[in-house]
Amino acid sequence: MKFLKGFAMFWYDFIIGDDWKIAAAVVAALALTVPAMTAGVLSGTALVIVSAVALFVFFTVSMIVDVRR
Amino acid sequence: MQGTTLGLVGSTFLASFVEFVEALTIVLAMGFTRSWRSALAGTAAALVALAAFTMAAGYALSTWLPQAALQLTVGTLLLIFGLQWLRKATLRSSGLKAMHDETEEYAGQTAAAKAAHSRRRFGIDSFAFVVSFKGVFLEGVEVVFIVITFGLSAGDVPAAVWGAVAAGAIVLLLGAALHRPLSMIPENTLKYGVGLLLASFGTYWAVEGLGVFGIGHESLEWPGGDLAILVLLAGWLLLSRVLVIVLPRLKRPTPVRALGEEMAR
Repeated sequence: MKFLKGFAMFWYDFIIGDDWKIAAAVVAALALTVPAMTAGVLSGTALVIVSAVALFVFFTVSMIVDVRR
Repeated sequence: MQGTTLGLVGSTFLASFVEFVEALTIVLAMGFTRSWRSALAGTAAALVALAAFTMAAGYALSTWLPQAALQLTVGTLLLIFGLQWLRKATLRSSGLKAMHDETEEYAGQTAAAKAAHSRRRFGIDSFAFVVSFKGVFLEGVEVVFIVITFGLSAGDVPAAVWGAVAAGAIVLLLGAALHRPLSMIPENTLKYGVGLLLASFGTYWAVEGLGVFGIGHESLEWPGGDLAILVLLAGWLLLSRVLVIVLPRLKRPTPVRALGEEMAR
């Protein structure tokens, strides 16, 4: 049990790191564009640009939340 | 050498260089204060563990995942790593976080090493062995991830490996020649640059990989192809510079005692 906990903590520290909001921002920004693609709302180029802009916006928001708290 | 290959080698070189400098600081601290034999044994054991980890992770990623899913997985990982580095670099540049200092890190490690009790097994000092092993393994896993993800996504694993090997060799030579932590290396600037590179490549591949959810499950294509990476690099750089200026103005006033704790975090 102790080993499993240590193993999980290692990967959490490794991937999520000091600030979980960054990982959450990345996953949320990418997840946001999936419905737009599956529903066929956006074309290939528009989808790529919207995804990149979403990543920039979500990162900015996570930084502001980090500093404001 | 093509531009993309050069970018790949340069990126893995810089990212690996920073990680190796941090690992070297730990090994030097253990070697000088405890035992060189134990510190080097810990380092060698970590390198063996890293080799096994590299083979397993590389095989799993390249064998089990289709191209688009691979790009999405490694792109997302690179993006998270890169933005974590960029977050710290932005906070440091804006004065909201203390600069990383290898001399300070070395002092902390040596103080802990001197204070720890001596317990020997098979002629090896357990403390020096374990600390060296953990330091090299943890920093090494990041290097391995960066090399594997860059190599597989760009379809050129050997170039990525050579970038990391060159960084390791230079750090090792500098460490052997100087016998002290490489505090003269502009580590904070390097980390800023690496954060920008990882974030740019990560964005490029993760967004391409989103195509796995599409009808044909094929990778999406960026307008301008590989040149889009340069646009992304410029975008992340611009955003981080804007944040460096804006974030200090948004910060709420912090009590003096809490400020010190936060800076060190």
